[in-house]
Amino acid sequence: MQEWANQLCENRQFGSKMTDSKYFTTTKKGEIFELKAELNSDKKEKKKEAVKKVIASMTVGKDVSALFPDVVNCMQTDNLELKKLVYLYLMNYAKSQPDMAIMAVNTFVKDCEDPNPLIRALAVRTMGCIRVDKITEYLCEPLRKCLKDEDPYVRKTAAVCVAKLHDINAQLVEDQGFLDTLKDLISDSNPMVVANAVAALSEIAESHPNSNLLDLNPQSINKLLTALNECTEWGQIFILDCLANYTPRDDRESQSICERVTPRLSHANSAVVLSAVKVLMKFMEMLPKDLDYYGTLLKKLAPPLVTLLSAEPELQYVALRNINLIVQKRPEILKHEMKVFFVKYNDPIYVKLEKLDIMIRLASQANIAQVLAELKEYATEVDVDFVRKAVRAIGRCAIKVEQSAERCVSTLLDLIQTKVNYVVQEAIVVIKDIFRKYPNKYESVIATLCENLDSLDEPEARAAMIWIVGEYAERIDNADELLESFLEGFHDESTQVQLQLLTAIVKLFLKKPTETQELVQQVLSLATQDSDNPDLRDRGYIYWRLLSTDPVAAKEVVLAEKPLISEETDLIEPTLLEELICHIGTLASVYHKPPSAFVEGSRGVQHKRLPARAGSGESAESPDTVSTGGVSEAPPAVIPSQGDLLGDLLNLDLTPPTTTGPPPPTSSMQMGAMDLLGGGLDSLLGGDIGGSPAMGASFGAPPAVMPGSFNAPVSGGLSDLFDLGGGVGMPMGAYVPPKTVWLPAMKAKGLEISGTFARRSGVVQMEMTLTNKAMSVMGDFAIQFNRNSFGLAPAGPLQVLTPFTPNQSIEVTLPLNTVGPVMKMEPLNNLQVAVKNNIDVFYFSCQYPISMLFVEDGKMERQVFLATWKDIPNDNESQFQIKDCHLNSDAASNKLQGSNIFTIAKRTVDGQDMLYQSMKLTNGIWILAELKVQAGNPNYTISLKCRAPEVAQSVFQSYEAVLKN
Amino acid sequence: MIHSLFLVNASGDIFLEKHWKSVVSRSVCDYFFEAQERATEPENVPPVIPTPHHYLISVLRHRIYFVAVIQSEVPPLFVIEFLHRVVDTFQDYFGVCTEAAIKDNVVVVYELLEEMLDNGFPLATESNILKELIKPPTILRTMVNTITGSTNVGEQLPTGQLSVVPWRRTGVKYTNNEAYFDVVEEIDAIIDKSGSTITAEIQGVIDACVKLTGMPDLTLSFMNPRLLDDVSFHPCVRFKRWEAERILSFIPPDGNFRLLSYHVSSQNLVAIPVYVKHNITFREGSSQGRFDLTLGPKQTMGKAVESVLVSSQLPRGVLNTNLNPSQGTYTFDPVTKLLTWDVGKINPQKLPSLKGSMSLQAGASKPDENPTINIQFKIQQMAISGLKVNRLDMYGEKYKPFKGIKYMTKAGKFQVRT
Repeated sequence: MQEWANQLCENRQFGSKMTDSKYFTTTKKGEIFELKAELNSDKKEKKKEAVKKVIASMTVGKDVSALFPDVVNCMQTDNLELKKLVYLYLMNYAKSQPDMAIMAVNTFVKDCEDPNPLIRALAVRTMGCIRVDKITEYLCEPLRKCLKDEDPYVRKTAAVCVAKLHDINAQLVEDQGFLDTLKDLISDSNPMVVANAVAALSEIAESHPNSNLLDLNPQSINKLLTALNECTEWGQIFILDCLANYTPRDDRESQSICERVTPRLSHANSAVVLSAVKVLMKFMEMLPKDLDYYGTLLKKLAPPLVTLLSAEPELQYVALRNINLIVQKRPEILKHEMKVFFVKYNDPIYVKLEKLDIMIRLASQANIAQVLAELKEYATEVDVDFVRKAVRAIGRCAIKVEQSAERCVSTLLDLIQTKVNYVVQEAIVVIKDIFRKYPNKYESVIATLCENLDSLDEPEARAAMIWIVGEYAERIDNADELLESFLEGFHDESTQVQLQLLTAIVKLFLKKPTETQELVQQVLSLATQDSDNPDLRDRGYIYWRLLSTDPVAAKEVVLAEKPLISEETDLIEPTLLEELICHIGTLASVYHKPPSAFVEGSRGVQHKRLPARAGSGESAESPDTVSTGGVSEAPPAVIPSQGDLLGDLLNLDLTPPTTTGPPPPTSSMQMGAMDLLGGGLDSLLGGDIGGSPAMGASFGAPPAVMPGSFNAPVSGGLSDLFDLGGGVGMPMGAYVPPKTVWLPAMKAKGLEISGTFARRSGVVQMEMTLTNKAMSVMGDFAIQFNRNSFGLAPAGPLQVLTPFTPNQSIEVTLPLNTVGPVMKMEPLNNLQVAVKNNIDVFYFSCQYPISMLFVEDGKMERQVFLATWKDIPNDNESQFQIKDCHLNSDAASNKLQGSNIFTIAKRTVDGQDMLYQSMKLTNGIWILAELKVQAGNPNYTISLKCRAPEVAQSVFQSYEAVLKN
Repeated sequence: MIHSLFLVNASGDIFLEKHWKSVVSRSVCDYFFEAQERATEPENVPPVIPTPHHYLISVLRHRIYFVAVIQSEVPPLFVIEFLHRVVDTFQDYFGVCTEAAIKDNVVVVYELLEEMLDNGFPLATESNILKELIKPPTILRTMVNTITGSTNVGEQLPTGQLSVVPWRRTGVKYTNNEAYFDVVEEIDAIIDKSGSTITAEIQGVIDACVKLTGMPDLTLSFMNPRLLDDVSFHPCVRFKRWEAERILSFIPPDGNFRLLSYHVSSQNLVAIPVYVKHNITFREGSSQGRFDLTLGPKQTMGKAVESVLVSSQLPRGVLNTNLNPSQGTYTFDPVTKLLTWDVGKINPQKLPSLKGSMSLQAGASKPDENPTINIQFKIQQMAISGLKVNRLDMYGEKYKPFKGIKYMTKAGKFQVRT
């Protein structure tokens, strides 16, 4: 066969001696001038050649628009090729010469009546491409005819033309009723016409997210499935993508669609395959897992996905990005296919990195040995980026597969022995993560790590090493020397390293107080006095303050046991994953972002969700029957911030302590040199410290000159920060809890703030009463929130009428939004606030009732409720008792509704009312509740189910508050 | 849908542009050029590149980047598949797909692109249909056209376009009726240092060249269809029949086409036809390295291993090599550090070897990375998976066609780690 091909080639090369390249040669005289003359020539042949020259110039981007009238003159011809060429030219330049383009209209209209369907189709096709308003007006009549043409070739061309016209003038298309005609074409007898109609409707629907253009019902689905078998590969893609938007009524319909779609998995066109995978992945969600067919389907999905990986690298890349999603959703599909993801040395880098990622996701105890051997191999490759990622992957394996941790650590040690600089640094970074996951297990390797201290030049690696030294200071004999060596060039280090060094030395001091006072003194002063970085200064002051007021508390805070890092740090958040599964094969799946996040022009894209699985038995009346089957695995815990694991880990040391230390003595606010040490340090140092005065001297007072804004933390605000919740206990009130004092005047130089939170007509508000108990006028108010669990942030500035004179009280309402930065707080509804005025900055914290975050559209549909209730694992259910509540179920239901807790169904069993309720938080988390009210019994029982079980406690508190007030 | 297409050559010039909707300024390609500059190798340019208003999806073939511009959410695979189809069509029409060939045939290229896509929707991508609409340029036709003034654009609606067999035109006539099938298997493998197989898989295709009169209906059956558990078919293959009987039943397109591609996964045992004995060592502190490579046949069912070509990217520290091949010729490029050894045929009695020394930069530390050896080879008359065609039958036509089936095994990405 090769020979035939060669021969063919030769023929063609021979043939290509008379080629189009001649169209590019020009003479000196002025090309345009010459072309003009040729275009107006009487000879047909010369005309055609001239038009070809024009087209050739056009393709390389030369401006030949000046020839417009001359080219249009050639349009009236019976030579099809010439006609086509002129049309090509018209499409390109009509926009810039709209008046001239009108000259062409007549010919178009005439061509639309031509007996040759090819010409009819060509005319309507070209007219649609001319984006000039005046022309589109003339297009409507011919288009209407062509949509009903007897020849399917014309009809299918016309269908696409409707989409073109809609792009130019949407209103016109709607007014002319073309959309309905297009919908009718879905039932056309010719599959190609059906496919094009679907494609056109899909494109139009994209700019009209809410129009019910593709109104799918079982009949139309059936037609689509029939057309699917007979239309071209491209048509199959459109039809499959359209099918994926349909939600079958029940599992039986779902199965029958799946059965008819599976043959597409064997298609040679990879886009068809991936679209089919999308449909199957979505509809599979509805099939009961105990069904035989479910298992069959799972098995059928693996081979086509593997086959995609043998295609061209660009296809591989898109396939791999999608497989990454599929593996997260249904790891069972590809769990035996690890080997196909092994990296070939000449794969493009983008393919390599994706393969690596999937290898880690598929790593399990069964295949970890193989994976590690591969990763170690990759770590000796040439490409630095890839090597780094391979080393990091070894660390991720250790964290993911506990049994392999030891093997991973020894692999990493082997790699450190290679002394290749970037490999060593990367290895140290991941070993630090391994320490975080398995504390006190692999410390024996620290010595080896310390040997490489000098070669580390990247901030991340230095920070990691410093963390390790600080964390295990007590086992490293020369920890102080090591840290001191870093301290020398303190100001040249990056912030990350500086922060880490500060924390590490404080840790060291708390562990070995006797030898390291000087060191800690030095680092504190470096951090607070000589640094311009506010984060560093803040952290420095906090430690200083902490060490000086209450070293015992400091020990509890700084050396607190850190939470273990999660197994999977980069899983996609489950709701996003579900949405992305619905978008397999699209750009969204390549970027792992919902389409709404980046696709331009798609106004308000609808969020797609996976359909809910039908119950395995008969559809149950109450969610009580949860225990039987159909319960999906618990979603793995997720740390939301991807890729920034290290930052989080390093910062963890600073999270406010959960234990509330004894309130600092008031005297400590007065900052005496002696007070700084307090009595607590003695207890820390035990008996062997000679004289605390000496210590006091070495500690000294904080520097006398301090930036003004930092007076506050030192002089009392800081203690408030650590006095979370304790000082400002807030009774969880009713819908709007009564105001409580958040900031007492004595702590804030005369400013007293009391306040509460409310949700009024869908807006969360902070309602405060500010009282000026100082002797002077206040002004320049501003407010800021710390990062908090639901991203609450002020939606506007704090409006305080000035002058705010002494003894005056004013009411301030601050609207809030929930788009601020998010950090999980403890308790969840804790909010740390900073208020500034002309005197100082003050800090306080308060708790908001979570009910104010219940949004108005929190009413779930009954079916969805049932399915969701079942879908949430039982582990996530929590039960509470509400005591002494004297409401009947209806009254309770009404009252709760006021707070956006919606009752979906009510059932009475043995005199006990069961209320099924739902609510939705501003961040989209649904909470489902079952409230049991027994007549005559003042104690209610409430069961809460939510994918994020952490919120249960706060929700319960809200229930109690709402019901009792 | 696909908005525009730009063709970019290796030196970063746009040499052709085509817009199916409104015109997109070629400055959009600047984002592509940026990515191109960042990439260390031409093939490392990421296939999907976001820009503020568009997305660029590109494929690299024949050292030409085909960059498609899209504006809305479009399946990227659809775009990539289409671009590959464009390349295939160019190759089909002009024999080669090079910048020169495209420029030489720019009008045909433009006509083709216009015919393949309408408003971004694929219109006609089957080469059979396209050839009826736009005749490929040949010396004969160009001469005839010049004399008679006729065109190379078909006046009639392609017959296949709307029939149930869109891939085949009606009224096909041949004097010699023949049907040839080539079973070609490529073996992808990674072999580790010790010679054991880490992963091996087979990508197989059956390419056909069918020149039969009328509407023939063919069936092709295999001795061992069980091997084919992961297949992709040409649309002409009747899937139901395959599912039920494991027989390929189809009305073939006219001319060359790929009937089937299949994948024999690493789960099955894959025979490895060659083995490599290697000893590539560098010593610490010495400016010399040893290189010793011997090839030999393994599991080839007695067939000869031919057209063997060994290549390896040696570490950057290697300055030059002084090697001695027992057969064939070798070259070493001191700039790219690429070693290639054109071995030719392996004689099992006298195994080919390449031995000698490598000189390293004096005083430099020994290289960190181990070179990987890439091997290409061909084995005629054998499909390494063991796939065998049982029989080929024709129905629907009276004449007796000439039938032929060839087998071949090639190395795909066959890599040996050292």
